[in-house]
Order: sequence, then C-alpha cells, then structure tokens
Amino acid sequence: MTGYVLRRLLQAIPLLIIVSVVIFVLLQSAGDPLAIMGGRVPPRPDDRERLRRQLGLDQPMLTQYLYWLIGNDWTLVDRDGDGTADTPGVRRGVLRGDFGQSIVTNQPAIDIVLSRIPNTLILSVSSQMVIIVAGLGLGLLSALRQYSRLDNALTTLTFIGFSMPIFLIAVGFMYIFAVKFREWGLPYFPTSGMFDPREGPTVAQVAWHLILPMMSIAIISVARYSRYIRSTMLETINSDYIRTARAKGLSERGILYHHAFKNAALPIVTLIGLDLPGLLAGAVVTESIFAWPGMGLLFLEHLSRLDYAVLMAILLMITVAVIVFQLLTDLTYTWLDPRIRYA
Amino acid sequence: MTTAELSAPPSSLAHLHAARPMRSPTRIALGRFLRHRAAMVGMIILIGIILYVVVGSLIFSEAEANYNDTSLRLQPPSALHPFGTDRVGRDILARTIYGGQISLIIGFVSMLIEISLGTAAGAIAGYYGGLIDTVLMRFTEAMLSIPSLVLLLVMAKFFGGKIADIELFGRTFSGSVLVIILILGLTSWMELSRIVRSNVLVLKESDFVLAARAMGASDKRIILAHLLPNSMATIIVAATLGVATAILSEAYVSFLGLGVQAPTASWGNILTEAQEFQIIKDAPWYWLFPSLLILLTVLSINYVGDGLRDALDPRTDKRV
Repeated sequence: MTGYVLRRLLQAIPLLIIVSVVIFVLLQSAGDPLAIMGGRVPPRPDDRERLRRQLGLDQPMLTQYLYWLIGNDWTLVDRDGDGTADTPGVRRGVLRGDFGQSIVTNQPAIDIVLSRIPNTLILSVSSQMVIIVAGLGLGLLSALRQYSRLDNALTTLTFIGFSMPIFLIAVGFMYIFAVKFREWGLPYFPTSGMFDPREGPTVAQVAWHLILPMMSIAIISVARYSRYIRSTMLETINSDYIRTARAKGLSERGILYHHAFKNAALPIVTLIGLDLPGLLAGAVVTESIFAWPGMGLLFLEHLSRLDYAVLMAILLMITVAVIVFQLLTDLTYTWLDPRIRYA
Repeated sequence: MTTAELSAPPSSLAHLHAARPMRSPTRIALGRFLRHRAAMVGMIILIGIILYVVVGSLIFSEAEANYNDTSLRLQPPSALHPFGTDRVGRDILARTIYGGQISLIIGFVSMLIEISLGTAAGAIAGYYGGLIDTVLMRFTEAMLSIPSLVLLLVMAKFFGGKIADIELFGRTFSGSVLVIILILGLTSWMELSRIVRSNVLVLKESDFVLAARAMGASDKRIILAHLLPNSMATIIVAATLGVATAILSEAYVSFLGLGVQAPTASWGNILTEAQEFQIIKDAPWYWLFPSLLILLTVLSINYVGDGLRDALDPRTDKRV
C-alpha cells in the first residue's frame, strides 16, 4: 500500500510540470501586464523598460519559467540595465515555497491566495453539504419509488437543474428574495459581499449573506448528484444479493442500510472525491454575481491584470488538490470494498 | 395429426418472416429514438429554436439588432418590443435572434472540434499504446486536472484579440466568436478521448481486427473502418451533450466578459450587463429572456442526447 501511494505521488510530478508549463506559457503570452499596470495612465516607455527588467519580464520564457520554478538567488541578474548581470537574484522559486510577488499589490502571491481560502471554503463547503444531503435524499427517494409520479417529477426537475445556466438561478433568486421580498415588506436577503460593513464579519452576518449564493450553487449540483445516486441505487437494488436478502426475510430497512446503501456508496464516493478539490477553486460565476470575495473572484480580478504569480499559485494549488483527492478517493475504496486492493 | 397441420409450420414461418423483416441496428435505434417521448419533445423544441433564430433573422436585419436609441433605454416588453429594450435602447428580441445564431453556431462548431480531437487522441493512444499512449494520456490528465472554466478563461485571455473578423453567410463574425469556438473545442475533448481509448483498447483485440490485419489492412484503415464505427454510439451521444455544454460554457465566458465581444450579440454577453443590481431590479425582461432561451436550448439538447443514449445502447431493449 505504501508503495502504491509513493508511486502515485511520483506520477504526480510530471503532471504538475505539464500543468505549470502549459499555464505559464499561456499566461505569459496572453498580453503585457505592464500595459495595464498604471490603470488609465499607461506607464512611460522608459519606466516600462525599467519595470520589465526589474520584474524579470525581459528574459526569455524558458528562463522566466526556471526562475519561477527554482528561483534566481543562485545567479546574477541585470537589474540596472547596463548589460552586465551583477545583482544577485532574490527569488527562491516555487519548489522552495516562494510563489513570487503579485504585480498588483506587491504582496507575496501565496499570502494573497491563502487569505482567500477561508472565504471560499465557507461558501463551497456549506453548499457542498446542502448538495450531498439533498442529493442523497432526492436520489434515494427517486430510486425507491422508481417510475412513480414523484420519480418522474424529480427526473424532469433534475434535467432542468443541469441545463440551467447558474446566472438564471442566481439573478432570479436576487430578484425574488432581495427585490420582491423587499417590495412585499418581507425580510429580504442581501445580494453582495460577505457582511454588512457596519456590522462587521459576525457569524450571523456571514450566514445571512451566505444563503443566496449557497442555494444558487447547490441547486445545479443537487440535480447532478440525485440523478447519479438514483442510477447507482437502482443498479444495486436490482442485483441478485438484494433479492437473496429479501428472500431470507430481512426487513426492508435492514436490506437498505446494510446491503444496498453500503455497496452503492462506492460510486458516490468517487463523485464527491472528484468534486472536493473544486471547492478550493471557488465558483467563478456565482462569486462574481454575488461579489463574494473568494478564490473565483480573486482569479478573475488577477486574470484581468495578468498577474501571473497569483494566477499560477491558484492553479497549482487546485491541481495539487485534485491529485491528492484522487488518491484519497482511491484509498477510500479499499476501506469501503475490501475486495479492492492496490499493489 | 393431419397433413394440413404438418404443412402449417412452413407457411406460418413465411408469414413471420414477412411481418418482421430483418432490421438493421440503425433502424432499430431509430425506432427506439422516435418512441422516446422526452427526446421527441426535446427535438421539437430544438427545431422551434432553430426556426426562431433563422426565420427571425429574415424579419429583423442585423443592423436593427445593433441599432440603439438611448431615449428608449430599458423599456419593458411592449407590442413594438416584445422582449423589451436593453440599456442602450436595442431591441432584445432582435438581439436574442442574432445572439442565438452565434450561440448555436458556437455550440455546434466547437463540438466538431471536440469530437475530432477527442476521437483522434483516444484512437491513436488506444491503438498504438506504448509511449504515445503514455504521453497522450498524461497530457489528457493534466488538462482534466484544471477546472474547465478556469482553463477556458486563461485560454480566452491568451487568444483574445488575436483573430481578425471574418465574413460568412453575409454576416460579419467578430474574431472573438472564432476564439471562443477554438477554446471551447480545445478544452473539452479530454473526456471523450478517454472513452474512445478504452473502447479501442477492447476492440483492437477482437477477431475481426485480427482478420482485417491478416488481410493486409493498414493501421489507418483498421482505425477508420473497423474501430471507430464500433465506437460511433458513444461518439454520437458525446457530440450531442457536447453541444449543450458548449452553449452553457460560451454563456459563462461571455457573461464574465471574456467571450463574444459587443456589438456582436450572444446569449451570454447580453447577460453581462444584467449583472448590475439596478438592472436585475428594474428590468427583469433584460436577463429573463436570454437566459430562458439558453435553458430551453440546453434542456432540449440534453433530452435528445438522453434519448440517443437509450436508443443506441443495445442493452436497453425494454422499449422495442
């Protein structure tokens, strides 16, 4: 087992290198971050030249990637533009935990990214919990009453759910629960941010602001989950060992809990395991509609400024999370189903 | 037992034969598909939407869709403007017609790119195996490990403004339309390539491939004439659902301002401006009609895809 885990982790290295090279090249060729640095006032040509040199953007792309990966403190760089490399570099590189400085705020990129993680997790973990509970409930209900009127209605709703553009739900919710509720004199929900600045980030405030974005995210994924759970449950219920259990006269409840559900859990674990790293990535569209200061919004803001240090930090973090959670998912299998063994 | 009874079996067999002629798999699948109620409803809605964007463009010219009159901004739906007007006074009905053309073209063409890339990568990796397989599949995994919307946005930023406008069917398409088609195709082929690869891995060991090879068929011929036709069902279903995903993704990217650029309308970029709270509040028609059209289109395509999956899967015989 240890050997298996080690091998999987080793396989992750080329994967991370491919991802980082692809994204690095795309971002570096996407435009000139200096052109938009001064906002509406573009920097003067000689300032631009100096900045480019100081940020190391004048180097060939391969050199820049190397400096990003392993740092440049082992070599000399030309900072003053006299043609000779005479100043020792200061960057330590990603491999030693230095993700570089944001060119927008001049803070370490990793600090900016880490500071958004709690905000994004509040939103994504709470919606994921709603999704799992509601998805399991509706999926099981559908499966146990296959082809009933309830099942047909839920099937139609799930199809609508995963064909629904998330902004229709988000904006529709805003219209009903913020605009109309206010007109009708009901308590209405806030539509942007995490808390009322006058009240500060109290638990009650954050929870109150959380409801609309959380429900918008949940509705779409509940559709996907319940559909999936319905089909795995149906497959299990119709299998031979369930019929055997029934023939032995076990109670329907016992059959469901002890026999069916545990076996149907395997594909569900896969689904959840694959979704968990996405929680870190945040929900770009939802966060942007509700101005929720999470990872998705951070990504959008820094993408428009081509701040590659921060963007690379976000993307690398997500990729690592994907790899780790895939491994954890595979290890959970062995616990749920002892027949599965990895060598 | 009389002679009449003895002679009966042949005639009843002949009768059976006449009543149930040999049906080809395609015909059986078509029959199943036509009996799939949800798929038929989806098909009808889809045809309706295609008629809406085609016939609509014969009634309104594109110039009308882009004509703005700021004295008419944010007008609620009326007889003159059934879907109301947007914030610079353009007719939203006309814009959803032309935006719909763009969205449907984007969905369809990027699906073609997705299918070609995914099938090619999957077939090559599965058939040749070895180093080619390892390299291709590692690359596929790497692409899959980046959240698709994030990857799309990075690519949109990369290609943005690099492609010139083109003229087609008498319309000028903004370069941003080509960009979005390209990036949607380039970021969506991975799932399909894995499915095709696993199909090919199984099929290439089968006897008919061995027979073809013994008869001297080239690798190219074996892949194109023997392996891929056997994966066709999977590919067709993936293609259908691919159009739906592409239309949704286009809407998201355009909504975030990195997709189709004004004045060319798409269902997604009509909604970009609707993000403002004042518009959400005072002009619900602005965001309601375009997003309902997206919902209807994607929903009907998903139903058609579901019907195709049931129809093409030989194991579902309950409806035959």
